[in-house]
Formats: sequence, C-alpha cells, structure tokens
Amino acid sequence: MSDDAVSPEEVRHVAELARVDLADDEVDRFTRQFADILEYFETLDEVPEVDREADLTNVMRPDEGRDSLERDEALENAPETEDGYFKGPNVS
Amino acid sequence: MSNDIFITETTIEGGDDGSLAGTTVAVKDNISTEGVRTTCGSRMLEEYVPPYDATVVSRLKEAGATIVGKSNMDEFGMGTTTETSFFGPTDNPAAPGHVPGGSSGGSAAAVAAGEADVALGSDTGGSIRCPAAFCGVVGIKPSYGLVSRYGLVAYGNSLEQIGPFANTVEDAASLLDVIAGPDEHDATTREPPYDEGADWSDSDGEIDGTYADAATGDVDGLSIGVPTELLEGADEGVVETFWDAIADLEDQGAEYHEVSLPSVEHAVEAYYVIAMSEASSNLARFDGVRYGHSADADGNWNETFARTRKEGFGDEVKRRILLGTYALSAGYHDKYYKKAQDARAWVKQDFDDALSEADVLASPTMPVPPFELGESLDDPLQMYLADANTVPVNLADLPAISVPAGETDGLPVGLQFVGPAFGERRLIRAASALE
Repeated sequence: MSDDAVSPEEVRHVAELARVDLADDEVDRFTRQFADILEYFETLDEVPEVDREADLTNVMRPDEGRDSLERDEALENAPETEDGYFKGPNVS
Repeated sequence: MSNDIFITETTIEGGDDGSLAGTTVAVKDNISTEGVRTTCGSRMLEEYVPPYDATVVSRLKEAGATIVGKSNMDEFGMGTTTETSFFGPTDNPAAPGHVPGGSSGGSAAAVAAGEADVALGSDTGGSIRCPAAFCGVVGIKPSYGLVSRYGLVAYGNSLEQIGPFANTVEDAASLLDVIAGPDEHDATTREPPYDEGADWSDSDGEIDGTYADAATGDVDGLSIGVPTELLEGADEGVVETFWDAIADLEDQGAEYHEVSLPSVEHAVEAYYVIAMSEASSNLARFDGVRYGHSADADGNWNETFARTRKEGFGDEVKRRILLGTYALSAGYHDKYYKKAQDARAWVKQDFDDALSEADVLASPTMPVPPFELGESLDDPLQMYLADANTVPVNLADLPAISVPAGETDGLPVGLQFVGPAFGERRLIRAASALE
C-alpha cells in the first residue's frame, strides 16, 4: 500500500463532495478497494510526456432558436412540480 | 422472456419500407426511446420515460426496424459482466451459467438467443466487444464521431460510441449503415472521410459502397499486425483459438507480423481515470428533482440530494463517481487526470505507428473466456484488468470489431480487429473472412 492511501475520513469527504451518502460498511469497503485501485493508478507515473499532434477544429452551429421540449414534456418525469416549475428541496 | 435479456419488452413498429423492414432490434436500455422507459439498469431511472428518441432510434424507425425490447446492462454502462444491473444479471445463452459480458450484455444475449435479429449497444471501454466475444456474436465499436450519441445517457462522453450486434458481420454492417453519419444534435459527429487503405487487394467497387457491401470475405493481401502485449497474460486456450483464426486468414491470403504497443501497458489505468472522471461529472445530473428516483428525506438540498443518490445508485456506480471525484479534486488532478491524458496521447501515437505498417491489428477480444455468474463481483480491480485488450481502442478513438473465432472448453472466444479512424470497411471485410 502506498504512503498516501486513502483514509476512511477522505472517503467520507469525497462522498460529501460528490453528494452521495454512504453507510459505514460502504466506507470501510471503499477505503480498502480505493487503496488498491489508486495504487494501481499511480503506475501512470511511468508514462512519458507525449506531444499531442491532434488538429483541433471548433465546430459551431448558427446561434438560432430551435425547437425544444414542451414544458409539460420537460416536467413529466419530475416527482414534484408546482405552477409549471420543478419543485426541489430547500437550498438551505 | 428467457435469461433476463430485456428490462422492458415492447413493440415499437418502424415504417413499412426501408433496409431494416421486417428486422427485429433490441436496444440497450441507456438509449432513449420516446414513451418507453429507459432505465440504464439503475434504480435511479426505474420509472424514467424519455420524451424523445435518440437519433439512432429515429434512424431505426425510419429504416423500418421493429424494436422488441430495451436490453439489460450493467448500471449506467459500468461493468464487464451485466451483473451490476439493478434488475439482476443476464445469463449467457451461448454458455449458460456464465456472464454474457458487459456492459451491453442484454443486447448481445438477445442476438445470441434469437430474441432479436440485431441489437444496439454502447461501448465506452469494450462494452460492445466484450459481450459480443462472450456470447459468440459479432459486435462493432465504431470510430469516435461516426455514430450520433444524441439520446444516449452519457457516462464517458469522450470515449463512448453506440454500435451494432448481429449474428453475421454483414448484418452488423447493415445496421451500422443505418445508424452512421452526421447528426446536427451531436457536434462530435462528422462525415466519414474516404478510407484510402480499404482496398488492399485491388478489387474495386466495394469501398464506395455501403458497410454491408464491404463484407466480401476477401482478405487476399491483407496485412495484419499482432500486438504482442495483448497476448501476454491471456488465457492459454484463448491464445490458441486466436492463432488458429490467424492461420485460417493466412490460408486465405493474409499475412501477419508482430507489432509492439508499449503504451497499452498503461491503457487500463488511463482509461479508468478518464472514464471515472467523466462519470463523476455526467452523473451529477441525477438529483431526483427533474427526473429519476427521489428520496423521501427531510433536510436541505444537499442532504436530500445525497440521500437520493445513496438510494438510487448501486455499488459500482458509487465507486466510480467517488474515484472520479477524487481524481479531479484539488491536489490530485495533475497526479491522475493529467497523466491519464498523457497516456491517452501515447496510446494514440502507438496505434498510428502500428497502423502505418499494417492494414488492421488483431488480438483476442477478451484475454479470458466468460466468467461464471457471480465469480468476479468482489474484486473491482481484477474486473477492470479484464478490459486490457479493448480499452486502448476507445482511448485512441479508433474502430474495432469482435468476431467469433472459435471456442475454448466449450466457451466462445472473440477475435478483435482494430483499424484506423473511419476504417470500418476494412474491419468488416477482414472479419467476414472468419465466417
């Protein structure tokens, strides 16, 4: 295991950043698995710097109004709506 | 229904005429179908009904195809076995008791079991080729930009493409003919350029025709590069079957030489860093407010959001979102993501070099025969390593085809051909020689 293998606290912190609640047993299991997986990812250190020769081209379309979903269609999968708007939980 | 192939059975009739009139198609359940639920194999989208069709689905309907079901898959396309689906695993019709491969396992199984004539899957790191190999059918991962991703529920945008499954190379090519081509809804699509190298044996007429026309079975003069790195560590029976197929092609006038792709040793880790990073961003849209599962939780936005995602996502999806978030977080971006992009550039360069001296590259599609159901769920890293032969192709944006090459101990083995960008015709032609 490498020196900077993840701790359970780090797993909880990342889960908080990603907005995914974890049960305690998930934290334990992910902590063990992440140690192996991240150690494996560290072999990327052996990769040389490579010049990228790709020709990049911007692809633009005319900035014009186009058909989009009707309001009812956009709302039809929402668990809660009110007056034609999505209704979510309080932000604070 | 047998083998848990479909998440939703349906009948969506296409038009009366067209190249696919009378043809039944299974569509992977991460491809949007208007009015028919599209779950991505996830509890998160268990009840989601898209209000529009993916471009490939519109094209299927216009071509007269009848869609018979939305096929089972690893949740959000994340897996190599179709065992991470919220709706349960699919059995492999070609090898009962074994996994069908993933993540498009339901689509490959539908074709193998005769539940559909052809099928659509999506391939982010091998998700068409792996199940094609494990189920003994043909699967094509198109060049990046050939097929529209509009209406495909995104997982790893820079890597994934929709592609066909069929029992024969020609049928897979016919389905590719229907779905390929530019789409105003997907700015990464483009008109495929002319493939100068497609006509290696001077026979004429084929290269301007359809993809299906390219399935001539003529490999006289074909030059095949075999990357030695993709045979190392592979199962002995798989390697034997592979060399038998190469010998068969030699008998038909092809020649092979070994090539080295040193970069592929790092392709798997680069692939997973990039795919997980893109996944962590793409799956941020599942907040349970506009669509999808919504937790019955008290609390503010963040608390409700986090509870919704805890309930809606399975283990593999959570694992990838968290690892992707970690890889992109302050302090780690250069260590993981930037290096993975360097590795990606290196892989592209290696393939360009190898393909400058060969018409196509060939390897076993999967280094192992199909796993037994339940065999591999506990060790994610081992599962990731099984993708060693397929992920380099996605990193390099290239096309590849998996075609049945024979069996080892009664289990299907696939052979993978890789070609230059937009070189689908030469892959179709080479693969058709093995039928």
